[in-house]
Amino acid sequence: MPYPEMMQESIAKVEETRSRRLRESFPRLSLEERQRLLEAYHPDYRRETFRPLAVGPNKGDLVPNELADLLEAKSRIDPDLFDLSRVDYETDVLIIGGGGAGTAAALWAQEQGVDVLIATKLRWGDANTMMAQGGIQAADKPNDSPARHYLDVMGGGGFVNIPELVKALVTDAPFIIRWLESLGVMFDKEPDGTMITVHGGGTSRRRMHSCRDYTGMEIMRVLRDEARNRGIQAWEFRPAVELLLDESRQCVGVILYDLETEEYFVVRAKAVVLATGGMGRLHIQGFPTTNHYGATADGIVIAYRAGARMIFMDTVQYHPTGVAYPEQILGQLVTEKVRGLGAHLINVDGERFIYELETRDVVSAAIIRECTDKGKGVVTPTGMVGVWLDTPMIDILRGKGTIQRALPAMVRQFARFGIDITKEPILVYPTQHYQNGGIIIRDDASSEIAGLFVAGEVSGGVHGRNRLMGNSLLDILVFGRRAGLSAAEWAKQASPGTPTLDHVRDYHRQLQEAGINTDRVSPMLLPDYTSEIARIRRLGGVTIG
Amino acid sequence: MAVQTEVATETVTVHIMGKRYEVPKGLTILKAIEYAGYRLVRGVGCRGGFCGACATVYRKAGDFRLKVGLACQTVAEDGMYLTQIPFYPATKAIYDINALKPSADAVLRYYPEVVRCLQCGTCLKVCPQELDVMRYIAAAMRGDIAKAADLSFDCIQCGLCTSRCPAEISHYHVAMLSRRLYAKHIASPAPHLTQRLEEIRAGKFDAELEALMKADKETLRKLYAERDIEPEELVPSTKTDED
Ligand SMILES: Cc1cc2nc3c(=O)[nH]c(=O)nc-3n(C[C@H](O)[C@H](O)[C@H](O)COP(=O)(O)OP(=O)(O)OC[C@H]3O[C@@H](n4cnc5c(N)ncnc54)[C@H](O)[C@@H]3O)c2cc1C
Ligand code: SF4
Ligand code: SF4
Ligand code: FES
Repeated sequence: MPYPEMMQESIAKVEETRSRRLRESFPRLSLEERQRLLEAYHPDYRRETFRPLAVGPNKGDLVPNELADLLEAKSRIDPDLFDLSRVDYETDVLIIGGGGAGTAAALWAQEQGVDVLIATKLRWGDANTMMAQGGIQAADKPNDSPARHYLDVMGGGGFVNIPELVKALVTDAPFIIRWLESLGVMFDKEPDGTMITVHGGGTSRRRMHSCRDYTGMEIMRVLRDEARNRGIQAWEFRPAVELLLDESRQCVGVILYDLETEEYFVVRAKAVVLATGGMGRLHIQGFPTTNHYGATADGIVIAYRAGARMIFMDTVQYHPTGVAYPEQILGQLVTEKVRGLGAHLINVDGERFIYELETRDVVSAAIIRECTDKGKGVVTPTGMVGVWLDTPMIDILRGKGTIQRALPAMVRQFARFGIDITKEPILVYPTQHYQNGGIIIRDDASSEIAGLFVAGEVSGGVHGRNRLMGNSLLDILVFGRRAGLSAAEWAKQASPGTPTLDHVRDYHRQLQEAGINTDRVSPMLLPDYTSEIARIRRLGGVTIG
Repeated sequence: MAVQTEVATETVTVHIMGKRYEVPKGLTILKAIEYAGYRLVRGVGCRGGFCGACATVYRKAGDFRLKVGLACQTVAEDGMYLTQIPFYPATKAIYDINALKPSADAVLRYYPEVVRCLQCGTCLKVCPQELDVMRYIAAAMRGDIAKAADLSFDCIQCGLCTSRCPAEISHYHVAMLSRRLYAKHIASPAPHLTQRLEEIRAGKFDAELEALMKADKETLRKLYAERDIEPEELVPSTKTDED
């Protein structure tokens, strides 16, 4: 599917302006200009797509409607009927979620000499971590420092990040990279071992470490391999559907649901680590997403029901460069590394319109402005609109073969659909990418619920209102490790009481009191992508649920 | 607009595990299976070509050749007979990476079956990542761990090679071992990392970080706006096309 003629005309303009653009520089926006752009065009500012929560610890706070639907919903479990007396498994530390944060937590917890079990929704490693391409940040070069990293993180997040969490993030970073190195993660290096590092959006030093453009996949598969070598057990296709609290509201276990056999499992644990990742599959405001199939906010839902507070859930990160063409891979990620390596963003007329390495929220807003009010977007045959990302520039700037070497995943993805990104630009539009906020944690990854530790994308506070590229892979390992250590320590002295579902009963009562009578149940577990006709047939033609 | 309606109504016929379905033209195999009404639990993960959960084999009517692909990255075509292989048994060896040396010995100790390779080339023909699987197995076998690591790097562990290999080799596990051996025992540790860790241990950045943590929003804003930004290094990399 090479580009149709209607798009070719605009590509000619991109090529025409390329040599001039290579010489010219484009100004960065001031903080004030950034703010104005965001308020006018960023999806977070479309307040009609948010609503205040009717129940729970964040009652009254705005969250996206799609998330509110899941939070203002009933449990899959009827607390009056479910039998908690049959315990199927007991462990010291139960980890919910087999992504990067969960697996790191498991490795570090087990090292403290406690029993560990991972329960995950799909296969171990079917996770956003597996998909991360661009890289992981750490201030480990001589011209850089954790303090500089700190400032970049705060600036990216709008200066509202929780300082203790940011401090933990930036000071643990070099240690985490060394840990990965020692496990056998294949970083991109010079022959003497020096890490090859590039910029990411919002970085003041080149501190993005990478493993080609499969950084997350390489980290994930090494962590999983190591965990398997150390005999860590993972129950696959068994997502958590509810936490269990004792009479003092301490977390003492979980109910799991087997997606294949449809059984419920009661697992008692002295400590629980929640590492369920993000919520891309809610398709906030109808956006496509870069996230994996199981990114459905389950962790948020069950922790919130158990009384944990959320922070910054009124902001969602849209990645500026999701695929806008071809249709088959709509919304999938074009890594920021492409801009980090020098590719320009170009409108239909062949002109730049934003400095490419502004923070993600700003670049997304600029693209949306270009494609809406300015009318300078490029239209595809199916009516999608996007702007060009001028990939061929990279080889011109950095030498022939750079694209192939540094971006093999990208080259391959587009080649499958007949597009050669070393010669042709690619069409992009913002896509739902990352959950900026989440469950509030302390710097030891503990939550406000005793015995419950939270790490990774499901947690909130580290990145403020906007995460920078490369800080999430870092976050999941820094706080995954801290969660594993803290959970192990807690498990060694905890005295768990009798598990109950009282909190679920309470929550159902609150819903009723708020006048919410609904058939909706949550967590969602998996999205439904069957066709509407198939859904109608499933329900015998009655309603679409 | 006429174009759009046309695109939406045109369909293709696919046979999912032998059952016939009409689906809109242009969908990936994954989306076609879902369109047909399947709520997938197996055979889907990242939906973006990174996890290897969606390995699929298919034949087209009238063609004897067996084809393979990733359901999330392959367009469903008229006349496809397809099934997914969401799981394929392959034994992963258990080892202590610290205790091994990057050599043929390590590979042969845990995966002795690699010597049974017939060099039939089936693995490289089926790899959806178009990797030279046969060559990375050969490299691992002769102890060229660096080569095996490099050639296998883009492996997404889909298991298609393993499902077709007459020598019953579990390629992606051999690849995993090779890469870890390379990164752990051959690649040099980053020298600047060692230095930074020492500086952190000595508390070199503590005062500056404490000050930043205490600073009010306005001070932070000012510092942020004034911070200098390292220029992009635009000298073409020393490595060339050929390496
Ligand atoms: C395409 C893409 C590219 C990215 N690129 C980068 C990058 O270059 N740099 C960077 O720093 N960050 C990047 N990110 C972000 C980063 O990868 C993620 O934020 C991070 O990996 C999340 O890790 P996690 O362990 O918290 O969650 P995940 O890795 O998503 O793992 C969560 C796990 O929990 C499981 N789960 C979900 N619900 C349940 C349940 N109810 N019960 C049990 N298990 C459950 C999931 O199936 C999954 O296995 C990228 C993200 C995407 C999607
Ligand atoms: S399929 Fe098996 S036997 Fe054939 S070349 Fe590949 S590894 Fe060797
Ligand atoms: S080497 Fe084998 S497991 Fe890896 S991507 Fe290729 S076919 Fe799949
Ligand atoms: S679903 Fe992950 S590779 Fe296709």
